[in-house]
Amino acid sequence: MPAVSKGDGMRGLAVFISDIRNCKSKEAEIKRINKELANIRSKFKGDKALDGYSKKKYVCKLLFIFLLGHDIDFGHMEAVNLLSSNKYTEKQIGYLFISVLVNSNSELIRLINNAIKNDLSSRNPTFMCLALHCIANVGSREMAEAFASEIPRILVAGDTMDSVKQSAALCLLRLYKTSPDLVLMGEWTSRVVHLLNDQHMGVVTAAISLITCLSQKNPDEFKTCVSLAVSRLSRIVSSASTDLQDYTYYFVPAPWLSCKLLRLLQCYPPPEDGAVKGRLVECLETILNKAQEPPKSKKVQHSNAKNAILFEAISLIIHYDSEPNLLVRACNQLGQFLQHRETNLRYLALESMCTLASSEFSHEAVKTHIETVINALKTERDVSVRQRAADLLYAMCDRSNAKQIVAEMLSYLETADYSIREEMVLKVAILAEKYAVDYSWYVDTILNLIRIAGDYVSEEVWYRVIQIVINRDDVQGYAAKTVFEALQAPACHENMVKVGGYILGEFGNLIAGDPRSSPLVQFNLLHSKFHLCSVPTRALLLSAYIKFINLFPETKATIQEVLRCDSQIRNSDVELQQRAVEYLKLSSIASTDVLATVLEEMPPFPERESSILAKLKKKKGPGAVSVTELEDSKREGGELNGGGDRGPDTSAMSASNASTPSPSADLLGIRSSAPAGTAPASAGNLLVDVFSEAGPAAPSAAVNDDGFLSSAPPSEDPAPPLSEADELLNKFVCKNNGVLFENQLLQIGIKSEYRQNLGRMYLFYGNKTSVQFASFTTSVSCPGELQSHILSVQLCFSIFRNYQSLKSDFWSTVCKTILNRSKFQNLHPSVIVI
Amino acid sequence: MMRFLLLFSRQGKLRLQKWFTPIPEREKKKIIREMTTMVLARQPRSCNFLHWKDLKIIYKRYASLYFCLAIENHENELLALEVIHRYVELLDKYFGNVCELDIIFNFEKAYFILDEFLLGGEIQETSKQIVNRCIESSDMLQERW
Repeated sequence: MPAVSKGDGMRGLAVFISDIRNCKSKEAEIKRINKELANIRSKFKGDKALDGYSKKKYVCKLLFIFLLGHDIDFGHMEAVNLLSSNKYTEKQIGYLFISVLVNSNSELIRLINNAIKNDLSSRNPTFMCLALHCIANVGSREMAEAFASEIPRILVAGDTMDSVKQSAALCLLRLYKTSPDLVLMGEWTSRVVHLLNDQHMGVVTAAISLITCLSQKNPDEFKTCVSLAVSRLSRIVSSASTDLQDYTYYFVPAPWLSCKLLRLLQCYPPPEDGAVKGRLVECLETILNKAQEPPKSKKVQHSNAKNAILFEAISLIIHYDSEPNLLVRACNQLGQFLQHRETNLRYLALESMCTLASSEFSHEAVKTHIETVINALKTERDVSVRQRAADLLYAMCDRSNAKQIVAEMLSYLETADYSIREEMVLKVAILAEKYAVDYSWYVDTILNLIRIAGDYVSEEVWYRVIQIVINRDDVQGYAAKTVFEALQAPACHENMVKVGGYILGEFGNLIAGDPRSSPLVQFNLLHSKFHLCSVPTRALLLSAYIKFINLFPETKATIQEVLRCDSQIRNSDVELQQRAVEYLKLSSIASTDVLATVLEEMPPFPERESSILAKLKKKKGPGAVSVTELEDSKREGGELNGGGDRGPDTSAMSASNASTPSPSADLLGIRSSAPAGTAPASAGNLLVDVFSEAGPAAPSAAVNDDGFLSSAPPSEDPAPPLSEADELLNKFVCKNNGVLFENQLLQIGIKSEYRQNLGRMYLFYGNKTSVQFASFTTSVSCPGELQSHILSVQLCFSIFRNYQSLKSDFWSTVCKTILNRSKFQNLHPSVIVI
Repeated sequence: MMRFLLLFSRQGKLRLQKWFTPIPEREKKKIIREMTTMVLARQPRSCNFLHWKDLKIIYKRYASLYFCLAIENHENELLALEVIHRYVELLDKYFGNVCELDIIFNFEKAYFILDEFLLGGEIQETSKQIVNRCIESSDMLQERW
C-alpha cells in the first residue's frame, strides 16, 4: 500500500511508483517503464484532448522516470501546455518538468518565456514566485535576454510582496552570474542596498546574497552597504533570543543572516569611519565572548549554528589582518577547538589556523600549538583531519621548528594514505630546501623521502636535490658518502639508484680514497642494481659508468667489458644501445684529455624557480597554498644556486684541435681524429661544420698506408681486415662529406654532391699550424680509366693564412673536381700531397 | 553558493537530485556515482566534511538517507550542515515524521519545498513557519481547484 500523500494524491502515479519498486530485476523495471512510456505516448497523441489532471499526472510520471535515470525525449510540449493552466498545481508540475528537463528547442523556449512573462505580470504572488523559481532554476541565456530588465523592477517596486522580493533577488543573482552583461546597473542598484534595512528578515537574507555578489564585481558602487551591514549585524548579535522569533535557530539569533553579513564585510577592507569600525570590533568581540559562555542548549544544532558564526567572524578578523588583539583571541579560540570532542570542530580549527599562520601578527601564537597539531597528526582517526593537521604544520613551519616539523612529516609519511603521499612529498621537499641551514640535513631528508615514499617522489624532487648538490661544493662529499651507504640496502627504490648513480658519477672520486668505497666497489654496487631498473634509470647508469672510466681509469677494463657485452650493445632499446655503443667507442678512442673534457664535472645550475613549488601549486589549485612567503625567501636562497648564467654545458664536446697528437703518430694521424659522432661542430672540426649530412650514399675512398689515396676496393667487396686508416674512409659509404685525411699539419676534407650521372667533389685543405704554408700545391691524379671520365679538374686556392683565421676564409680554398658518376663507384681520386 | 544537493539511500539509490548550475547529463551521472561511492565509504565517526575537486562536500546521514551537499570553497561548512538539517525539519513538518518512503512517493513535493527554501544555490528563507505556510497554502489551492 503506497504511503498516502498529502494534497491531491495523483493515485495513478503512486501505483506506478509502487510497481517500479516491486520489480525484482533491472529488466523487469525497464519493461514496466517502457510499457508506461508507450501508454503515455499514445495518450499524448490521442484524439481526445487530455484534461489538466491527467496531463499533470502523465508529465509527473515522465519526470519520475527521468529522475530514475532513463532518457525522456517527449513530453515537453505537454509540460509547456501545463504552464498556461490556471490551476496552481498543474502549473507547478509544468514548471518542475521544464526546469529539470531543460530543452534547447527554440520554439519551446519561446513558449516557455511567454508563459513566464504572463505569470510575472499577473498580479498573483504565487504565480509570480513560480515563474521566478523557474528562471532561477534554469537561468538560460534566452531567459536572461527576456527578463533581465524586468526582474530588477519587480525587486525594488514598492508594492511587491515580500516572498516575491526574495525570489526576485535570488533570481536576479542567478541571471547576473550566468549572463553578467545582460544585467545592467541602473537606479535599482541603490535601492537594492537599502533592502538590507528591510523589516522582513527573509528579504534581507535573500537580498544580501545578491548584494555580496554585486559588491565583488562593483565594489565602489555598493560600498554604502558596509555601514548598513555593520549596524544590522550588531542589532542581531546583541538581540535576545526571543526577539527574532522564527528566525532564531536553536537559541541562536539569525545564524544564516549573521554569517552572510560577515561574508559581505569580507568583500571590503576594514571600514574607515571610526564609529562604524568601533561598532564592528565590538560586534566581533561579543561573538568571541559568546563562544566562551556555557551553551544554552545541548543540541548539536545549537553549537553548530553558534560556531558557524564564530568561524565566520574569525575569517573576517583574518581577512582584515589589522587588529592584533582580535587575531590573538581568535588564535586562542581555535586552539581550544583543536582539542574539542567534536571532530568537525577540530577539523575546522585546523583549517582556519592554516590561514592564521600566514599572518605576521598571529604566526607566533599559532606556533605555540605545535605539540597539539603533531599529536593530531599521529592520533586522529579521520584521514581528512590528519591531512588538515599536515597542512597546518606546513603553514606554520619556519626556521625555528623546521627540523622538528620535517621529522614529524616524514614519520607521518610512512603510514600516510596513498592519495596524499605525493603532496606530502612535495611539501617536505620544499620545507627541507627552504629551511636548510646545514645542507647535509637537506640531503638526508630527501634521501629519507626516497626511502620512505619512493614511488611518490616525482622527478622534480630528485632533480632538485641533484641541482643543489652540484651547486654546493661543501655537501658533495657528504652526498656521495650518504648515497653510497643508502645504496647498500638490499632493496632500494629506483629513484635512489637514479640519484645514487648520478651523484657517484659526478662525485664518486670524493669517497674513492676509502677502501670500502673504492672505485670498483662503487661500480659493482651500482651495477648490482642495474638489471632491476627501468630503461631510463639504466641509461643514467650507463652515463655514470662512462664517468667512472674518466674518474677512475683503473676501472676502464671492467666497465668496457660490461659495455661490450651483448645485453648492452645489442639491447633492444634504442637509447640503451646507442649509449652503450657510443660510450664504449668513446672510452676506446678518446684520449684521456678528450675524455676528461667531455665528461667534465657538471657546472652549477642557473637560478630558477623551484619546479617543485610549481608542481605543488598545480596540484593544489590556485590560491590554496600560501606560497608568497616561499617565493620571497627563494630570493635569499639565491646563493644556493651558484653564480653565473651558464646554461647547459655543450662546450664539453670540444674539438680535437685542443689536443695535440703525439709525435709518434703515423702520417695519417688517425688517433688524433675527431671524437665520437655526438660531438657538435666546434672550432677544430671546421670541415665537419661546413658539411651537411644530406645526400645519397657516396662511394668509399680508401687511403693506403703511405698516406696516399689508393685504389683499394670499395666496401661492396668482401672487406679485407681493416687497418685503422680505412676506418676513416669507410664512413664515406654512407656520407658525402667528412674528413678524408688528417695529420699534425694538414686536414683534408671532402664534400661531394651528385645528380643523375654527374658528380662533383670538393676537396678542402686546412692548415693546422700557426704558420703559413708556403708553396702549397695540390694535384689530383686519377689512375687509369678514371682519367677519361673526369670532365675537369680545377685547382684553386688562395693564400693560406694561419689556422686561426682559416675559420672564416675557408671557402676561398676550394678544389673542384668533376667526375663522371657512372664510373665513379669504382674509382677513387688520388691526391698527392707535397 | 551551493552547487548540488543529493539524497541517496544506503544502497546508493538516488532519491533526490538538485543541481544549482547547468551540468550536462553525463557529467551529472558521473558526479552522482562519485559522491555515492565517496560518502558511503566514510567511517561512522569521521567528520562531516570532505574536499572534492575545488568544492567542499558536506554530508549527513538521517536514518536511511544520506544528504550530500556540495558548496564552494569559501562557504561556511557548519552552516551548510545546518542547511541540511533545516531542510530535513521542513520535510518533517510537512510530512509529519518524514521517512524515505514519503520522499519516494511525493518526490515532486520534496522539490517544491526545496524551491521555497533554497533558490539559485543560495538560502531564500530560513523561517520554518513561513516556508511551511507557503507549501500548505499551495496544497489548499490544490484542494480548492
